[in-house]
Amino acid sequence: MSLVSAPVNLNHLGHYLHWGVIQISVANLTVIILMVVVFVLAILLPFPTKRDRP
Amino acid sequence: MTAPVADSNWTGRLRGRALRSLPPDRLLPDRQPVYVASWIYVFGVLTISAFLVVLVSGGILAIAGPQWWHSARLGHFVNSLHLWSVELFMGFMVIHLWGKFWMAAWRGHRARTWITGSICFLGSIGTAFTGYLVQSNFDSQWISTQAKDGLNSVGIGAYFNVLNFGQMLMWHIVLLPLVIGLFTVIHVLQVRRRGVVPPFERDPRDISADEVAS
Repeated sequence: MSLVSAPVNLNHLGHYLHWGVIQISVANLTVIILMVVVFVLAILLPFPTKRDRP
Repeated sequence: MTAPVADSNWTGRLRGRALRSLPPDRLLPDRQPVYVASWIYVFGVLTISAFLVVLVSGGILAIAGPQWWHSARLGHFVNSLHLWSVELFMGFMVIHLWGKFWMAAWRGHRARTWITGSICFLGSIGTAFTGYLVQSNFDSQWISTQAKDGLNSVGIGAYFNVLNFGQMLMWHIVLLPLVIGLFTVIHVLQVRRRGVVPPFERDPRDISADEVAS
């Protein structure tokens, strides 16, 4: 594997999860979960203000 | 010496209207309300930043041609840059949408801001779709042959033929980016005109006695 290749090999068939009529790829589910995590962190984490600067 | 501008002159009327709607200090403000100091307000500008990377990487791909990325390592890199900047663009835009939806950002005469943002979102979905169609690989073949049946069933196929590579390429690199770019500018101008939407007022019954005392 060369140094510039992706840290995760994406060059293969996708893995899928099945739950009744719902079918979703692991990649899509991962992206959705990451987006929800970023959304929650954006609401909860304090925003740096001038008072925080040394 | 210049002649006085008559009120009937359309450029004068347009300038007056633009200045009334967006005076310079509102068009390019150097201060924002205190409630804007939150990470959730950052995702709009992150979306625009990712959009600029999408445009630049797409422009380089357009210069070299849609087949370049199959044969050259640099082409593959630029194509990957285009793909991942789109991933970030769509991700940031959807988080921006979630934030604005839950704070009902259409309040305070901001309907046009909401509508122009919606047009950008829908236009982006169409642009991403046509981007998948012009990859010129088995993936694009599969997506186009699946999509044609759906589009033909609702009568769109006669005008929007997903099997026509040239037509889809033009939609992807000219028409749809033009729509997104134009409405993004209008969207930002609407934000400047009406200001960033404030958060909801707290219900006085939710404020504790300790907070009132402090």
